[in-house]
Amino acid sequence: MTTIERFENPGEARDSRLVSATHPTSDKKPKRNAERFLLGIALPILLGLGWEIAVRAGIAQGRLMPPPSRIFQTLYSLAVTGELFIHIGATLGRVGAGFALGVIGGTLVGAIAGASRLSREFLDPSLQGLRSVPSIAWVPLFILWLGIFEESKIALIAVGCFFPIYLGVLGAIQSVDRKTVEVGRVFRLTTTQLVRRILLPAILPAYVVALRQGLGLGWMFVVAAEFMGASEGLGYLLIDGQQLGKPDQIIAAIVTFAILGKITDGLIASGTAPFLTWQDAYAPKH
Amino acid sequence: MLYVESADKTYPNGTRALAGLNLEVEEGEIVAVVGGSGCGKSTFLRLAAGLDQPTRGRIRLDGETITKPDPRVGIVFQEPRLLPWLTVEQNVGFGLADRPRAERERLVREVLERVGLQNYAHCWPRELSGGQAQRVAIARALAPHPKVLLLDEPFSALDAFTRASLHEHLLSLWHAFRPTLVLVTHDVEEASVLADRVLVMQPNPGRIAASIDVDLARPRDRYGSEIEAMRRRILWALDKSLRRESGEDLSPAAAI
Repeated sequence: MTTIERFENPGEARDSRLVSATHPTSDKKPKRNAERFLLGIALPILLGLGWEIAVRAGIAQGRLMPPPSRIFQTLYSLAVTGELFIHIGATLGRVGAGFALGVIGGTLVGAIAGASRLSREFLDPSLQGLRSVPSIAWVPLFILWLGIFEESKIALIAVGCFFPIYLGVLGAIQSVDRKTVEVGRVFRLTTTQLVRRILLPAILPAYVVALRQGLGLGWMFVVAAEFMGASEGLGYLLIDGQQLGKPDQIIAAIVTFAILGKITDGLIASGTAPFLTWQDAYAPKH
Repeated sequence: MLYVESADKTYPNGTRALAGLNLEVEEGEIVAVVGGSGCGKSTFLRLAAGLDQPTRGRIRLDGETITKPDPRVGIVFQEPRLLPWLTVEQNVGFGLADRPRAERERLVREVLERVGLQNYAHCWPRELSGGQAQRVAIARALAPHPKVLLLDEPFSALDAFTRASLHEHLLSLWHAFRPTLVLVTHDVEEASVLADRVLVMQPNPGRIAASIDVDLARPRDRYGSEIEAMRRRILWALDKSLRRESGEDLSPAAAI
């Protein structure tokens, strides 16, 4: 046993340093986050201030590119009448419904295709073929099939979300390490146990990335969907602003899109972060 | 007792990895298997672990034929193969999911103390060094108290100091639990320090070329002259097994 001690002690000292280095002390972390937040927001604030000053000083006109104060004014007046929230609600509802359908479909089909070589070779070529169709190309068909109201819009968003999630799930299943699965075999796991104790946790990191990509595309396609004729929604605000020559309303809608997109992405990231603390490369984004 | 009865393994690509392997390993014995690449030593371990089936012949443990992974047989691979999403403690308890919680915790604590990692119970695998990770892998395999522990070149990726330290850990575990150990290795010194018996295997097709008893008292001095002599003897047998053309007289006695 003396040999063990002789070899162990220097190692133990080294390793305890290693362990403490990977757990940053709690008072340091928020400071770093605040610093990063301020740094990241500095550029848009500087640009906005510069433009505001330029317009007020009369250097620029600000008719087609209104200064921040006018944009916030527009946002504010839309908010006090409650109009803004009706539009946000409509858009969020469409993205939510389309994303939910896309996630369910993409996850199920991805899991089926990943379950065996046979099912993959049966399904994947057709899906890859469909994937290369630009999603907007479905619009006329969806309108014919589902009408010009909510159903066709949600269908378009769902198609947009489906593919990144399908690909993410299939790719994640295919890249699960055979050696890790063998550990499950050694401990005589049943198929259900293998899925629950090894496959699902192994897939989770890639699945989160796929969800975030899918949601990003969902936000992209909701604009396309709302362009095809809507009476409310942030996409409607864009079209309305263009037709009535109100650039401040267009930019106000764009800003709202940016904020909502960032918030919903952050919700997925922070909602799944507790399950991914084990990851070597995982660095929380928020 | 672990019996291997004329086990043959031919892979679908036609490679004959094992040809009529016969072997008896006594309870609590430490057997090291050395040999050049392709001599079937890893194939033998996979058969004994129930991960593969022999093409012919069979492997029996206490009279029962092994056809699939068996709770009485544990295995440690060349890589630790820890599950990165489980803590050290959860990894060690991975094979104990069906035991009551209190018993599971006791078994995990006991074996973690044996490998000197009780303070790392709540660490993630990524926070461990290579040697620590392999100790966790050994602890995971031993936690359910298997009768046989198979080790497939478990220390080959480690530096010499870590390897020597792990030899001590393995021997201390063996003293505590007395499992039968079958250790496949490339390292002749490792075989002479650890084993009661060294089997030299040769390729094309894989079979046993020589069996060398290591009757040296423990603890053994890895830098002593006895180990050095044993090392040479094994190397000599290995060398001979690799040079000999297949088809000649293969009886182990002739090889020594």
